[in-house]
Amino acid sequence: MTTVRVVITLKPGVLDAQGQAVRQGLHALGYEGVSEVRVGKHIEITMPDEASVDEISAMCDRFLANPLIEEWKIETDALPSRRPS
Amino acid sequence: MRFGVVIFPGSNCDHDCIHVLRNVLAQDVVELWHGDSLLDDVDCVVLPGGFAYGDYLRAGAVAATSPIMPSVKSFAASGKPVLGICNGFQVLLEAGLLPGAMLRNQSLQFRCRQVLMSVESTKTPFTWNLREGQILQMPVAHGEGNYFAPKDLLDDIERQVVFRYAEDANPNGSARFIAGVCNKAGNVVGLMPHPERASEAILGSTDGRLIFEAVIEYVTSRSRVPALPRSRAEALR
Repeated sequence: MTTVRVVITLKPGVLDAQGQAVRQGLHALGYEGVSEVRVGKHIEITMPDEASVDEISAMCDRFLANPLIEEWKIETDALPSRRPS
Repeated sequence: MRFGVVIFPGSNCDHDCIHVLRNVLAQDVVELWHGDSLLDDVDCVVLPGGFAYGDYLRAGAVAATSPIMPSVKSFAASGKPVLGICNGFQVLLEAGLLPGAMLRNQSLQFRCRQVLMSVESTKTPFTWNLREGQILQMPVAHGEGNYFAPKDLLDDIERQVVFRYAEDANPNGSARFIAGVCNKAGNVVGLMPHPERASEAILGSTDGRLIFEAVIEYVTSRSRVPALPRSRAEALR
């Protein structure tokens, strides 16, 4: 089995109310230099070793992300190199 | 007529809808469990408000994958009326039955108050006997009702806007003050305000009843709703 990481964020320009609230919190703690915070989701998926990036991309497109407002990044380095059979 | 109210784990306005339809409007109501796949011969499907599946991932996203949804999709494709209220609207967006997406409210706050909204389209089974521009009062109660679509999509669906907040203050930051939209055919409608919480005088407004009464009359009198005019973008294709 292999574990793949998917990072989902709101597209640039789409209002991130959660990010704004977190920025306010950071400012309240004195980190006034923080100019922007964007909050996303980190999803770890454990799948058989032969999982393909295409398949994970389809999962993002169909369900894990909403392509109208979100974009995603699949961290393929999490896919280990294939073991010789 | 027979309504089917879909109950998801986390629905919390299901019984308000059932109460209004059954006890206030004297209609037959079937409770449809999200894990079932049959609609049990209903005339209209209602997706109620709440927090289906805890709003995990995105509001409505997990509910949109429920076993009952393929049946709701074919029911909608057959032209029969489907109404999504609040979280039910979010489910319809995530299921691809309605255009657009919801973002968190611009104010960062959960909004729970009475709003005024205007009827923008009468070409749906839920508004066909109302007046364009008619003002309805009902409450909103949501944290993610900030309707979003890219500008070209907003232009494209302008004629599918069914309700718009009729106030100076937009309660959630929705694009173009959109409170409710329909699909191209007009038979699937979603709105953020709660008609089932505005169907008895004791609750401050009975305007919500107009929406349910419209669909009852539509179904029982076999009224025909004029088709939505094609949008400019569609006509150009």
